[in-house]
Amino acid sequence: MQGSLTVKIAALALWALLLFAPFLFQDVRQIEVAARICVFIALVASYDLLIGYTGIVSFAHTMFFGFGAYGAAIALKQMGPGWTPVLLGAVSGAVVAAVIAAFIGLLSLRVKAIFFAMITLAAASVALVLASQLSGFTGGEDGMTYRAPDLFKPATKLLTDADGKVLNVLGVRMNGKLAAYYFVFIASALLFWAMLRIVGSPLGTVLKAIRENEARAEGIGYRVVAYRTAVFVIAAVTASLAGTVYAVWLKYTGPETALSFDIMIDILLMVVIGGIGTMWGAVIGATALVLAQYYLRDLMEVAAGATANVPLVPELLSPERWLLWLGILFILLVYFFPAGIAGTLMGKREAE
Amino acid sequence: MSGWVEKAGGVFLLPVLIAAVGFVLIGTPSSWLTLTVAGLSMGMMVFLMASGLSLVFGLMDVLNFGHSAFVSFGAFVAASVLAAMSGWLGSESWVLNLIALVLALMAAVGFGLVAGWFFERVIVKPVYDDHLRQILITMGALIVAEQIILTTWGGTPMNVPRPRFLEGSVLIGDSSIEIYRIFAFILGALVYLGLFWLLNSTRLGLLIRAGVENREMVEAMGFRIDRLFVGVFMLGSALAALGGAMWAGYQALITPALGAEMLVVVFIVVIIGGLGSIQGTLLGALIVGLTQNYVGFLAPKLALASNMILMMIILLWRPSGLKPAVK
Repeated sequence: MQGSLTVKIAALALWALLLFAPFLFQDVRQIEVAARICVFIALVASYDLLIGYTGIVSFAHTMFFGFGAYGAAIALKQMGPGWTPVLLGAVSGAVVAAVIAAFIGLLSLRVKAIFFAMITLAAASVALVLASQLSGFTGGEDGMTYRAPDLFKPATKLLTDADGKVLNVLGVRMNGKLAAYYFVFIASALLFWAMLRIVGSPLGTVLKAIRENEARAEGIGYRVVAYRTAVFVIAAVTASLAGTVYAVWLKYTGPETALSFDIMIDILLMVVIGGIGTMWGAVIGATALVLAQYYLRDLMEVAAGATANVPLVPELLSPERWLLWLGILFILLVYFFPAGIAGTLMGKREAE
Repeated sequence: MSGWVEKAGGVFLLPVLIAAVGFVLIGTPSSWLTLTVAGLSMGMMVFLMASGLSLVFGLMDVLNFGHSAFVSFGAFVAASVLAAMSGWLGSESWVLNLIALVLALMAAVGFGLVAGWFFERVIVKPVYDDHLRQILITMGALIVAEQIILTTWGGTPMNVPRPRFLEGSVLIGDSSIEIYRIFAFILGALVYLGLFWLLNSTRLGLLIRAGVENREMVEAMGFRIDRLFVGVFMLGSALAALGGAMWAGYQALITPALGAEMLVVVFIVVIIGGLGSIQGTLLGALIVGLTQNYVGFLAPKLALASNMILMMIILLWRPSGLKPAVK
């Protein structure tokens, strides 16, 4: 129980840090980082449900994320700021994600799990190209900027003091930006909680059975294809909702932030770092990678500057080569540390 | 009815059928001929890239997401050699042209062989029999390879000079056909024939086919199937590099994203054709090449989705692809 407890405590501590993030870190960039971590925890958890609990690899997770993001973005752009477009965008994104996921799932999970990875990759790349082609609708390569609901405007006063000015609590201005952050936090926490509940439910148990021994699960009488497709749909809808949340927070949606393959790589890294099939590992993985993304690049810049006289080294250390190191790290992790941080901690207990 | 279709070639009639439908829809014979040649030559180049992936999967049950790295490397290695030899390429003598071209293609193939050996030993071997980790690790390798290409050749698009004797086009009736396309088609066809001969008429091919059918049995008979694995992997990588090199000359302007763009097409071809058979791969490649060119002409907006839709239809009809070797 020890290892599992450690992981849960660590993950809950990270959630607590995120809860108080606006009070602890008052820099704009740090809040940006905190919000990104929140969204990615939800996204990675939904991906872990797929890869960790059913053992199928999908490369279309960003596509579903993008559906939600673009749904909200298009609705907000066309209808102006408000809650109706956010809701409409969230629902339509989720519906599109569910339908496409069900279609892909029924088509390819029926055949061979190995086709699934290839087909999702193809689908994701088509979605990416479509998003940049249908520029009248999606803003093309440039993406879209729009306004979030009025509550989230920096000028909105949540609490006012006696003079009618924005009240400061512990040095934090009670304005719309704070409301926006807590919207992201609560939505992400709810999605993560939902994932935890699914894993803990009877459905989760069946999924684990399918992962461990597909033929046996089938033999007992569970319809493997139906379960896998159902999980794929659930994961897709969750990713789509996370996309909506992120779109509302960023007030910008484009291929770079919502659909690009880089996000897929990020998700994969986060799942592997955190630990495949641990769910709580999502919190650790997402936090570690987002922090690294924001701060390691600065460090690489410094390192590249410091070694400017040495041949080749600054070229390799330049912040643009960031993905090279991530890729190498990824390979090494899959080789030597396949259980990830949470998995390794939890695994010790199971071995005993 | 079905017996007659089967006798005449079965699914291998599909490209002919597509060409016929294309002819009716396009209407003008001259544009149809141009498009058909373009489609066939594109199909052949894609076949080069895809055949290795299909064979490797068939024999080793390894799905290599890093396969497209060999395509990119082949393209860039060949482009560098061609750029370095631009003097010979531009010369009047077609002999010098040809030598430069052959050297560039050889460089790509040689690189493919060496890189394939390295890749198999270092990346793939430790994760045999574990699909999940295979997919993850080869994906990681693809990222690293793309970054190495970016570091080595830079992110700006690179011009690929073509040898002089492959420049220009010939006129057949009203339609002009690029010589390079004919060359690509012939080269692809030769490679296909070579592979077909290797697999069907040699002892080595017999072993490979036996390995695809039943790996344990071949091992039990005392053959070192792991050596066969490395050989097939190297061959597949070299073919991918060759395909990349040809594609580079076809595009004339290449970017490091080339491999990733082709990966999707290659996957679609392999899925349509059925994993593990080169006949299926050739069939898939020709179908994709023709469809993409016809649709690109008839409905440019649909061109991107056409491959995807094609794959869906074929999977609904034949869930394991048209001509799978692996049952």
